[in-house]
Amino acid sequence: MKNRYPVTQLIAYIFLILMTVCILSPLVLLFISSITDESTLIVNGYSFMPDKLSLEAYSYIFTKGESILRSYRTTILVTIIGTAGNLLLSSMFAFGLSQPNLPGRKFLSFFVFFTMLFNGGLVPSYLMWTGTFHIKNTIWALILPNFLMSAMNVILMRTYFMTSIPGALYESAEIDGASQFTIFRKIVIPLGKPILVTMGVFTGLAYWNDWTNGLYYITDTRKFGIQNYLNKLITDAQFLMQNATMSSSQLMPSMSIKMAIAFIAIIPILIVYPFLQKYFQSGISLGAVKG
Amino acid sequence: MTKSEITVPATSGNRLLRQWRRVKKWWPVYLMMLPGAAYLIINNYIPMTGIVVAFKKYNVQDGIWGSRWVGLQNFEYLFTSKDAWIMTRNTLLYNLAFLVINNVLGILTAILITEVNRKRFRHFFQSMVLVPFVLSIVIISYIVFAFLSADGGILNHTILPALGLDEVDWYNSPRYWPFILVIVNAWKGVGYGSMIYIAGITGIDKGLYEAAELDGAGKIRQILNVTLPSLVPSIITLCMLSIGRIFYSDFGLFYQVPMNSGTLYSVTNVIDTQVYRMLITVGNIGMSSASGFYQSIVGFILVFMSNMLVRKISADNALF
Repeated sequence: MKNRYPVTQLIAYIFLILMTVCILSPLVLLFISSITDESTLIVNGYSFMPDKLSLEAYSYIFTKGESILRSYRTTILVTIIGTAGNLLLSSMFAFGLSQPNLPGRKFLSFFVFFTMLFNGGLVPSYLMWTGTFHIKNTIWALILPNFLMSAMNVILMRTYFMTSIPGALYESAEIDGASQFTIFRKIVIPLGKPILVTMGVFTGLAYWNDWTNGLYYITDTRKFGIQNYLNKLITDAQFLMQNATMSSSQLMPSMSIKMAIAFIAIIPILIVYPFLQKYFQSGISLGAVKG
Repeated sequence: MTKSEITVPATSGNRLLRQWRRVKKWWPVYLMMLPGAAYLIINNYIPMTGIVVAFKKYNVQDGIWGSRWVGLQNFEYLFTSKDAWIMTRNTLLYNLAFLVINNVLGILTAILITEVNRKRFRHFFQSMVLVPFVLSIVIISYIVFAFLSADGGILNHTILPALGLDEVDWYNSPRYWPFILVIVNAWKGVGYGSMIYIAGITGIDKGLYEAAELDGAGKIRQILNVTLPSLVPSIITLCMLSIGRIFYSDFGLFYQVPMNSGTLYSVTNVIDTQVYRMLITVGNIGMSSASGFYQSIVGFILVFMSNMLVRKISADNALF
């Protein structure tokens, strides 16, 4: 396929460059808006080529934005704990399922798998988590519901363990007198690293981007993660706009600050993205094969 | 062990003992599986049983199990309201539109990316189209806001005036939202779909293209006669899986992106947003749980049936 079809090449490049522009330009707009001078924003609105730039929004965030930084720290903490917990629970369960001789293996596989087919929906979960476990307005609300283990992770890990770790390794380890715990730690974890990293990347992203748990279970704004902080910021600004006569808008972060916080929320992702995108790509094609 | 089981007729006591020994050998493994199993029971199985709340008049003191049974009353309320029809219609039509548009664009993008002759650019485009996949829906709603908002949106302030058009009150004009939501969803999802199709295209035997070329087929012919037919199994599988999920939607897309604007409910309310609003905003647990039950049951039937079909087409891709 070496340049024998110049027209196809041309079409492909034009289409893909246009597509890249469509994908990147909104992000560029977000960034430029965050460094636009506030009075320019009020007069001209958000713009790709603002008259005047200013870093005021960022200096506000890092000097006076204690609540913003707090929500940021919450999200970092939740992402770390949640991802570690998910990987531990999922890999231990997947290790069991990957043992062909484990009694009850069929039942346990179905036990995991059925959660992908059927779920009770929001109402019973909500009533249980708030009524029985009282997680409302605690950090557990951001960690426990829904994301701590997923059937998909378990199934993909199990398949990986079964296909990439030779059974002979287990046998020789057993002959050496290694316990199942040692086998898990010394064989499964090191050899399963590629799948653990891939699943970890997806789980970390899910925790970082999640705003539903905060929406359902957190009403105290001091307990918000960054996504819920952003959510509140934009819906409350709307509320202020609708009630424009109540002029408390001085207290609200201004237009540029809104975009600056949004940009801060995606910076970590944009930084790690070039390094992790191969995991995203392999993870997507893995997941596509199974659902 | 299995041999002795066949030749020596064991008493039931013996068999139990042997069974016990077998299980005992695995106890560390079971122990490692315990936390995961406990989590699934709490997070998934207990709420599954809690689905009966749809047939009850829930009150806080008595909890799910103690509350009074009311039969189908909640469903009567739900299905006599116009919400039931609107949310079902919206959920199904949006998902169908997403299915068609995202797959067509995904296939097109995948074909064009794999056509690019320089490896470096191929990788560049591949990582570019996947960028929206890593952004949260809250961030996406900010981007949409920067375009549409009344006080600073770039459409009303810059683009529409430049075209000589009047400003539009986007967040209060339902008729634009079917298009906005389809565009936003495509922006977010095309990269993901194209990754799957790129994997499919790279798996195609290169010999097929060479043979087509020898037969004098141009690029378009090759795409039509080799690439697309080879992708058919993946296309069918992906479509079936989406149809299995057709009763579920991306909550954030329909709740956060339109800013939960009340005037837009007729075109933005889907089953997921209905369940949430009835539960949290309105506090009508009966209505909410009935909608949730409806979604769970119909959703289960659809997932089940679509998987049976996928199994018929390509067993490897079936969930079970």
